[in-house]
Amino acid sequence: MAEKSDLPQGTLDLLILKVVALGPVHGYAIAQRLEQVSRGVVQVPQGSLYPALHRLENRGLLAADWEETESGREAKFYRLTRKGRTQLETEAASWQRLIDAVGLVLKLSEGGAE
Amino acid sequence: MNWWQRLLRRRKMEDQLEKELRFHLDEHASELIARGLSPDEARRRARLALGGPEQVKENCRVARGMRWLEDLLQDFRYAIRMLQKQPGFAVVALLTLALGIGATTVMFTLINGVLLKPLPFLDADKLVAVNGQSDRWNAEIFGEQNVAYLDFIDCARESRSLAIAAALYTGGTVSEPGEPEYVDLREISSGLFSVLRVPIVQGRSFLPEEDRQGAAPVAILGSGFWQRHFTGGDAVGSSVILDGKRYAVVGIAPAGLKLFGDEADIYTPVGQDTARYLRNRAAHPMHVVGRLQPGRTLSQAQSELAVLGHHLAEQFPDTNAGRTFQVRSLRPNVGNVGSKLWLLLGAVGLVLLVACVNVASLLLARAVSRERELAMRAALGASRGRLVRQCLTESAMLGLAGGLLGVLIAADGIRPFVQVWPGALPRAEEVRLDWHVLLFAFGVSTLSGLLFGLAPALRAPFSNLEQKLRTGARSIAGSSRRLHGIFVISEIALAIILLVSAGMLGRTLLHLSSLDAGVDVRNVLVTRMALSPATLADPAKTRAAWKDVLARARNVPGVQSVATVDTFPMRAGDNEEGYWTSADVPPTNKLPFALLTSVSPDYLNVMRIPLRRGRFFDDHDTLESTPVIVIDEVLAQNAFGTQDPVGKRLWIPDMGYGGNVFEIVGVVGHVRHWGLAGDDQAKVRAQIYYPFAQLPDGFMHRWSELMSIAVRTEIPPLSALASLRSELKGVAGDQVLYEVRTMEQLASESLAEQRFLSLLFGIFAGLALLLACIGIYGVLAYLTGQRVPEIGVRMALGATARDVIRLVLRQSLGMVFGGIAVGIVTALAAGRLLMHTVDGMQSNEPSTLILTIPVLVFAALLASSGPALRASRVDPVTALRQD
Repeated sequence: MAEKSDLPQGTLDLLILKVVALGPVHGYAIAQRLEQVSRGVVQVPQGSLYPALHRLENRGLLAADWEETESGREAKFYRLTRKGRTQLETEAASWQRLIDAVGLVLKLSEGGAE
Repeated sequence: MNWWQRLLRRRKMEDQLEKELRFHLDEHASELIARGLSPDEARRRARLALGGPEQVKENCRVARGMRWLEDLLQDFRYAIRMLQKQPGFAVVALLTLALGIGATTVMFTLINGVLLKPLPFLDADKLVAVNGQSDRWNAEIFGEQNVAYLDFIDCARESRSLAIAAALYTGGTVSEPGEPEYVDLREISSGLFSVLRVPIVQGRSFLPEEDRQGAAPVAILGSGFWQRHFTGGDAVGSSVILDGKRYAVVGIAPAGLKLFGDEADIYTPVGQDTARYLRNRAAHPMHVVGRLQPGRTLSQAQSELAVLGHHLAEQFPDTNAGRTFQVRSLRPNVGNVGSKLWLLLGAVGLVLLVACVNVASLLLARAVSRERELAMRAALGASRGRLVRQCLTESAMLGLAGGLLGVLIAADGIRPFVQVWPGALPRAEEVRLDWHVLLFAFGVSTLSGLLFGLAPALRAPFSNLEQKLRTGARSIAGSSRRLHGIFVISEIALAIILLVSAGMLGRTLLHLSSLDAGVDVRNVLVTRMALSPATLADPAKTRAAWKDVLARARNVPGVQSVATVDTFPMRAGDNEEGYWTSADVPPTNKLPFALLTSVSPDYLNVMRIPLRRGRFFDDHDTLESTPVIVIDEVLAQNAFGTQDPVGKRLWIPDMGYGGNVFEIVGVVGHVRHWGLAGDDQAKVRAQIYYPFAQLPDGFMHRWSELMSIAVRTEIPPLSALASLRSELKGVAGDQVLYEVRTMEQLASESLAEQRFLSLLFGIFAGLALLLACIGIYGVLAYLTGQRVPEIGVRMALGATARDVIRLVLRQSLGMVFGGIAVGIVTALAAGRLLMHTVDGMQSNEPSTLILTIPVLVFAALLASSGPALRASRVDPVTALRQD
């Protein structure tokens, strides 16, 4: 198993939005997918996943419906609202900018700043 | 979703949250089982991965922003439990608040109905009043000037921005159907009902062609008259005989229609009236109202009417020079009742404040004894905000519950209160509980709750938690002593304001009742009288009829003397004219004014007004002899100083006869025309009497419409009324007496307002005093209770019971005198307010203070004696062992 990293503040929301953007999905699947896609690097504490989902739903970025799963059980499926999609785009863009900037800084060779 | 929707769906929300988490656990567990774990182990791991389900749920609730709501409900339940545990406290607090809020709500209901509500007409904000304006008119004395009928006709025709209508106040005798009755008559222009948008309930309004001379006489009946004379049955199509003329009834006005003042009995078209003064642009009898045309503004109407007035002044310089019109929004006319209502609201507001302070000190005493509980909760992790909020929830709940009770009290109390209001409250029919009042009561309750809850709430402990937890509640009382002192001081101060005000009012009432009215009010009956309409057409007949009335009345058993008089002291209605002592009379608005009264010779005997100099009128003063007048001593002093006025002459430019010059033949004592209370401040006090017999024929009709008779009796005056009525009803049986009063009633009514205010202030002051005493008792009992160990030590060291009593009383008196000092300063300011508001108010003299302070100190000592005695009986041994 690869080394695990703590999630930086505020990134959980972004990751959730991205996962949900792929199509309606329930809470457990979100947790699984996050773990799979990040190859186990990002491990979401499941206890904080649900409050985050409810917060996003409360802010109108996510909407939820109760639907049947393949196995025939009722589950709460989250999907992205239009507001959520806009939010995802701006947050993803600013995240990308941040990463680029941090990468640039890290690429400086020692003493090269002189 | 709104928070309240969420509150409604709270249960569903909880269920779904539960279901969602269970689904998660099941999915996770079944996946683990598929990987080969045993079912039990799989469930255990799944649960471990998710974390404590309650914790997760709580975090989800916080994330949804539901937390404060949950807290509120929790605080609410907690507050109810606390109150249930201390029913005595709850009952005292609730009753105190209910009284305070109830009284405040009653006063606000009055203010809302009388002052704040718009007029009860459709789109009342578009209605305006049109008044005359002239530089010769002294609005200070006469109020707003009305409009000449012909000027009104011109304005109504020319104005583009206003639809205007007019009404004229008159009266008349209805002789059919039913008993003859003198009625309140309004002659109106045909458009009045449509301008006001008042619907006619039966029949129709007047047509424009009926509003002209020579048209067939038609009438609209007022609702009250219709009920009295037709018992509410079919009236449209029948007729009434008014002043001897038959009018066809075409409509019934809606009930409760009050245009200007009281509900009218009958409306007739003013255009049919042939009276000469209606054709004279110098006479201004019409009340004019208007409605802004769609899209027009008040200022457009103002400038348009000003221009119209200017044109009329150019066209008719003799009568209209310097004269124009004023337009303003139509407001209900409630006289000077407003300042009294606000004054009373202020007074009950003070009572409510005392109540709040009282509850606050009770709460504080409780909070101090709960300090350990609160410290414990703080130690367990409750935030400061959370504890403060909990205390405030508790007090807000108390406030709201008290408010609810208060509104119930107000709902019951408002009617009786309106009925005891002296001299009929204007717009009383508008006074009722509505949502404005409920909103006010809700606001006041919440505010009170926060007010009395704040001090205890802010005391919620945060420093030295550990120390507070370790010590007993008793040893930490020192810090709250000062706060308690402040409460007592403010209660006393508030009570002082009310006590001193009540004292001032009471003294004023005593002073005013002892005043000499200038007339002997005992055994005098005064009543308006309407002659038979048949006699009014001919002046000679009218004179003879009045002579006949006097002669007949004199023969009624029990009657001593009788006189005719046009205006009465202490009753509404007066006639004011400017006068001058030489022939070069300045313009009217520069003249001094006097009250003019037209009387028959016996008036002086009936009223027993003292004759100071010269003579009063006799039967030799007739149309043929020199026009004479008698003045009162105020006018004599104002106009002639120390000279003897008898034989001198007065110029009264608007009298309209005798060349406007009159010889003074006598001086009589001053009569308090404006009532016992109001006369000293009245703008016009000087008085002139002139003989009714010298009034020229042209005035005879108008004067006879307003005439009254005054009768001095040897028996109780009202017992002579029946025989007077039957003796004076005339040949045709259509002469009536109306508005019957005794002078004693009038004198007493002239003080009704002062009596009423001093009664109310007395009640309020008593309430405040009672509440303050309860407050002092509670605070002292509490503080003394806290000092039991200290007292024990003192007694063990040799203090006697007397020393202990002195110790407690000294503490109490310290607070009481602090309160008195603050209170007196404020009471002086309140006294000045009273002087502005109440007629005849006596200035604040030391005697009022000297009288009220002992009352208060005595009450305070009484309230403190219980705790003091209890303290003196402390057994030192038990006290020392107690902690």
